[in-house]
Amino acid sequence: MSERTVIPFGPQHPVLPEPIHIDLVVEDEHVKEAIPSFGFIHRGLEKLVEKKDFNEFTYVAERVCGICSYIHGMGYCQAVEKVMNVEIPPRANYLRVFWAELSRAHSHLMWAGLLADAFGFENLFMQCWRIRETLLDVIEETTGGRVIFGSAKIGGVRRDVDNETLKRCAAKVASAAVEFEEIKKVFRDDYSVKSRLCGIGMLSRDNAWELGAVGPTLRGSGISTDTRLEGYAAYRDLSITPIVETACDSYARCMVRLHEISQSLDLIQEVAARTPEGPVFEKPKGYPNGEYFARLEQPRGEVIYYVKGNGTKNLSRFRVRTPTFANIPALLHMLQGCELADVGLIVLTIDPCISCAER
Amino acid sequence: MKPLAMTKLSLRNLFKEPVTVAYPVIPREYFPGTRGRILIEPSTCNLCVICDVRCPTKAIKVDRKGQTWTIDRLSCIQCGACVEACPRKCLTTGNQYSEPMTEKSVLVVPIPFVPPPPKPKPPAKDASDAKDSPV
Repeated sequence: MSERTVIPFGPQHPVLPEPIHIDLVVEDEHVKEAIPSFGFIHRGLEKLVEKKDFNEFTYVAERVCGICSYIHGMGYCQAVEKVMNVEIPPRANYLRVFWAELSRAHSHLMWAGLLADAFGFENLFMQCWRIRETLLDVIEETTGGRVIFGSAKIGGVRRDVDNETLKRCAAKVASAAVEFEEIKKVFRDDYSVKSRLCGIGMLSRDNAWELGAVGPTLRGSGISTDTRLEGYAAYRDLSITPIVETACDSYARCMVRLHEISQSLDLIQEVAARTPEGPVFEKPKGYPNGEYFARLEQPRGEVIYYVKGNGTKNLSRFRVRTPTFANIPALLHMLQGCELADVGLIVLTIDPCISCAER
Repeated sequence: MKPLAMTKLSLRNLFKEPVTVAYPVIPREYFPGTRGRILIEPSTCNLCVICDVRCPTKAIKVDRKGQTWTIDRLSCIQCGACVEACPRKCLTTGNQYSEPMTEKSVLVVPIPFVPPPPKPKPPAKDASDAKDSPV
């Protein structure tokens, strides 16, 4: 029997955009156990809710994560609106979905590029990020920001987008969708991509369910679930079919995300064509008094926001259950038995967002 | 499974113009709605301090006595709360980002606002009226 060695992985590692540390107990080249440690970028954002006005806290909620920032702000607003019984104008709901889907598409494209970079396919990495740039331009044109949208507001959205701009943006997204199909073909057919991803990081359907995986990690293991089916915002008017793959490996998770990009790009065009006329903001009255759980689908999976108000301008409690946190047990399971060289790739296949997870 | 699935895309890239811009030789064009930095029109400001109160990061400070409007651009998050709240519409969001700095500093803008003279007090009532009035 060979000797067991502990090899530290992270917090600074070329495949990790954010810091997480995993102690890998290896025997020869095989990982026997993975022990994670967190807390490198904990910022205490949840505690800030006691100091910030509940309206101002929207800015903090958006800064929980730099990639899926908009959906964080939207989730917080949605939870507070439910507490305050505010009915959002339909146009605001459509604009929220427009930006949420842009957020999902650019997040997945960024992830696809990082994955390609992780297995040494730099050309593919740059092609993914080239298309992402088109989406970032659309985001900048409609919200004014590239990373922090700053458009979430309790009671609606902060800025309206005229129909001309929406149509122009939809045309840009349509051309990006055509270009993306070529990239998707490479991911689907290329020999080096498949040889690097197929059969690696297996997570069976039962394990995914029992370990509480969410989002593309769960759907890549053959379980059909998507929080957008709950019908929040304007999703109740749109037809969404969860993307499911049954291979249970890294390649399946990759393909789920790639199909979701196509789905999001189609949804953006549909929303741009169907956005109704009307106001985009309904002023809430009074202060939040009560509690609510809001569930949304982020690029990485289901996210849960809990807010509790006590009738004052400061909320008494705010809590986020992020998808990365839910996917960590599944990741540790995937790492058991894998080869040391595959660890970076497998960690990437859950699309870890450590800023979200640690807040 | 194809061994050279990327070849077509790569060959096309050889004959296409670069997607990137040769910055800073060619400056980047911003969109009209880009949230770059907060600008002020000092001639219309009346030092009402609403922007100071509404700023979530306390980046804006208004000194009514010293007649200055100050912004710490490193703290400003370009949220636009001040622009929305400004009653005189003297604050706008410019689409150019703020200049890089070599050391921390704040921008102090003198405001040439002259407060209107205080309204004249209503004339005091006659002493005789005071005598007649019930106590």
